[in-house]
Amino acid sequence: MILNMGPHHPSTHGVLRLILEIDGENIVRIMPDIGYLHTGIEKTCEAKFYQQVVPLTDRIDYLCPLTNNLCYVLAVEKLLGLEIPPKAQWMRVMLNELTRINSHLVWLGTHALDIGAMTVFLYCFREREDILRLFEMVSGQRMMTSYFRIGGLALEPPLGFFERVQDFAKRFPSKVDEYENLLTGNPIWGMRTKGVARITAEDAILLGASGPTLRGSGVDFDLRRDIPYSGYENFKFKVPVSQDGDVFARYMCRVQEMRESIAMVQQAVDGMPEGPIKAVAPKVILPDREMMKTQMEALIYHFKIITEGFAVPAGEVYQAVESPRGEMGYYVVSDGTAKPYRIHMRSACLANLQALPSMCEGRLLADVVAAIGSIDIVLGEIDR
Amino acid sequence: MPLQPAITDLEQLKNHPAVAKLMAWNPAAVEGAKFDRDEMSIYLERSCIRDACVLLREDADCPFNYLADVTCVDWFPSEPRFEVVYHLLSISRKERVRLKVRLEGSSPALDSVTAVWPAANYFEREVFDLFGVRFSGHPYLRRLLMPEDWEGHPLRKDYPVEGYR
Repeated sequence: MILNMGPHHPSTHGVLRLILEIDGENIVRIMPDIGYLHTGIEKTCEAKFYQQVVPLTDRIDYLCPLTNNLCYVLAVEKLLGLEIPPKAQWMRVMLNELTRINSHLVWLGTHALDIGAMTVFLYCFREREDILRLFEMVSGQRMMTSYFRIGGLALEPPLGFFERVQDFAKRFPSKVDEYENLLTGNPIWGMRTKGVARITAEDAILLGASGPTLRGSGVDFDLRRDIPYSGYENFKFKVPVSQDGDVFARYMCRVQEMRESIAMVQQAVDGMPEGPIKAVAPKVILPDREMMKTQMEALIYHFKIITEGFAVPAGEVYQAVESPRGEMGYYVVSDGTAKPYRIHMRSACLANLQALPSMCEGRLLADVVAAIGSIDIVLGEIDR
Repeated sequence: MPLQPAITDLEQLKNHPAVAKLMAWNPAAVEGAKFDRDEMSIYLERSCIRDACVLLREDADCPFNYLADVTCVDWFPSEPRFEVVYHLLSISRKERVRLKVRLEGSSPALDSVTAVWPAANYFEREVFDLFGVRFSGHPYLRRLLMPEDWEGHPLRKDYPVEGYR
């Protein structure tokens, strides 16, 4: 029998349509059908100035806007050859780790809800609210932050921000214990997740899986540690790896990642360097308001950047960062003008979704729900 | 750090593991190479792409065993118009390499690498969908993001941003 799951199904986290060929309760074949959320962001980018692309990157993966901001600005900074001051780099790392926790909290809540553990959802969204308030404090927006700019940060972090982050970092580890108390030892959770939707390390690599989906299968690879960017080499953290390759292994990876991330946030607060938040490049970075009102040069540059953009030397760059879902990559091609010639986003979810059929075929229909949750898909990122 | 000029001389780039391997295998397959902003790009002859991928994946010293991405760039109106771009990653050596194949504008086609990496399946479908490049040997070459009955390939440069009205 052919069964349609989605595009409007509560467990598909967006608008994913799965065409299931089933024999009784068993899955014979799965065909994911995507594209319902395609908005042509890559095409839109080609018509914008480089600095105007930053807000578009928020909207690709709406659960980790700052990670997308970071990946894009790193790619353009590499094209320009800009040196970013340490404070901006540390702020970027700190906010990225908060974003990772934020994204994992949404994942954990909805994944548990899919499998039937209702309470976890409420607990997770409680802490997520705290993180969103931090984002609002620093960038003025809860979700579509656009806080990173080419060459640095948009604004100085406000007074009292680091105290708030510190406060959250102190509280959060005990909250992770709470989630784990609800799930990790829970026999029902174990039965729904252990041994379900297995994928081997070889298959995961061949299928292009990345992030916790790859590490859950025992491949010890994390871009933050192995190909560091934005000052990650200054931080001490462990990369959680599980060997089983099932839904439970991916769950454990992400929960451990939350603990590592909050430790990194703490390190970032403790060691936050002093200094400027923007690189020295007046033709690329908007001047401060104060300078604009007192210096002719600054006013001219401001006018030029806003009206004409800035030219980026011709070339191409592929920059990848470890997003909460895996390898998020931006391939930016410049032809020497003020608008990007081509921007391609390598979506971690798109590749992870390809692993879904091999995880589920031959298993029960109910396991598909657990498997979709375990690869943590965001359809905005898949369809772009 | 000021930008360094790109190195395009094959002689100087021979020490890179991927270039060395490909040159030793078939010097005619390598059309050129570029080292720019710490990233290595290798231009390959169109018919060699699948064999070159197998070779790089199976390399004992530096296996580029992970296909991170496949995409395309349209250089309309110049010829050869399309550049299909492969980003490979070596998980053990933590090294990246970019392979590029140039294709002419009229009925662009090349071999699919889905047999080497199943990961290429969606990536190639996306390139087919948005650029109209055909991959021979692909198991299911249908549109991925656009509707089945869509006309044209939106990411081509001669396709208007607002679409055809």
